[in-house]
Amino acid sequence: MRKLIAVATIAAMLAAPAVAAAASCPRTTLGDVEDEVMCPVCGVPLNLATDAPQANRERAFITDQIRQCRTKSEIKDALAAQFGDRVLATPKPTGFGLTAYLLPIAGFLAATAAIVFAALRWRRRRPRSAAATGAVDPQDAARLEADLQRYDL
Amino acid sequence: MKRLLRPVPLAAIAATVALVALLAYAVAQNGPNRSIDDAIASGQRPAAPPLDLPRLDGASRLSLAALRGKVVVLNFWASWCVPCRQESPLLERWQKTIAPRNATILGVDVLDLTSDARDFVRRYKLTYPIVRDGPGHRLSAFGVAGYPETLLIDRRGRIVATNRGPVDQHYLERTLVPLLRERA
Repeated sequence: MRKLIAVATIAAMLAAPAVAAAASCPRTTLGDVEDEVMCPVCGVPLNLATDAPQANRERAFITDQIRQCRTKSEIKDALAAQFGDRVLATPKPTGFGLTAYLLPIAGFLAATAAIVFAALRWRRRRPRSAAATGAVDPQDAARLEADLQRYDL
Repeated sequence: MKRLLRPVPLAAIAATVALVALLAYAVAQNGPNRSIDDAIASGQRPAAPPLDLPRLDGASRLSLAALRGKVVVLNFWASWCVPCRQESPLLERWQKTIAPRNATILGVDVLDLTSDARDFVRRYKLTYPIVRDGPGHRLSAFGVAGYPETLLIDRRGRIVATNRGPVDQHYLERTLVPLLRERA
């Protein structure tokens, strides 16, 4: 029994660092990274480059980095160190790359402003209808009066 | 016509024209640069674009300017490129032949993982100098669109011939040997 306890204790002591490492290891997957990086030779995102030899080597590199417990950001940095920033599917939010994030916002604001501007102009130009002024057309008033008398309310 | 000259339609037209121009520029940029091939076809020897890159072993940098006075066989390759596997042993054999004649093969490893490229060099026992262009920044300057591609540069740093594909024994005999006889 003592032997059994000793063996179990030693096994637990040996396994503890591995368990701790696994727990601290970020849960990055190949799929997480694949859709955020490019296959530089194919010119498409890596997840779309299924059979290209260069894409397969890039996948092997990412898998190796995952095994080394690297985070997604660290893996993307490692890929950029190998292939330059063109390997990133989305540009970095610094320098000229910032325009990729600011332009859609600017476009959205410009479109909203244009719609508001057009709506205001349309509203200003629209002729004031009878309903808006509260006046009733004399013909409508006469027909209404006739209908009311017919029903003898 | 007056309606088109109002600020809002004018801005919309300007934005559309700018977008179309940007698209045309992007399409033009993506096409391979054939200016070197065109110049050679018309009998000229265009000056080789500058090339200054780190060596694959990471020890130092090597530039084409530093090789002035030598005939250079500039070979763009990558470890994942299948035809490069057949071509590299041939280039290594030629390196042994041309090195004593003041000439060299210069490999440019492009769009490749450093570790893969180093494995490739070890596997094929390549001894000629190899520089690394991981991002492929220098490809367009040399009109490289595929792998492998080879350019022959004379002793004055001018491009004499291009081979957009793997080279073979016959090609090197026909183009490189006469170049070795030329003086600087």
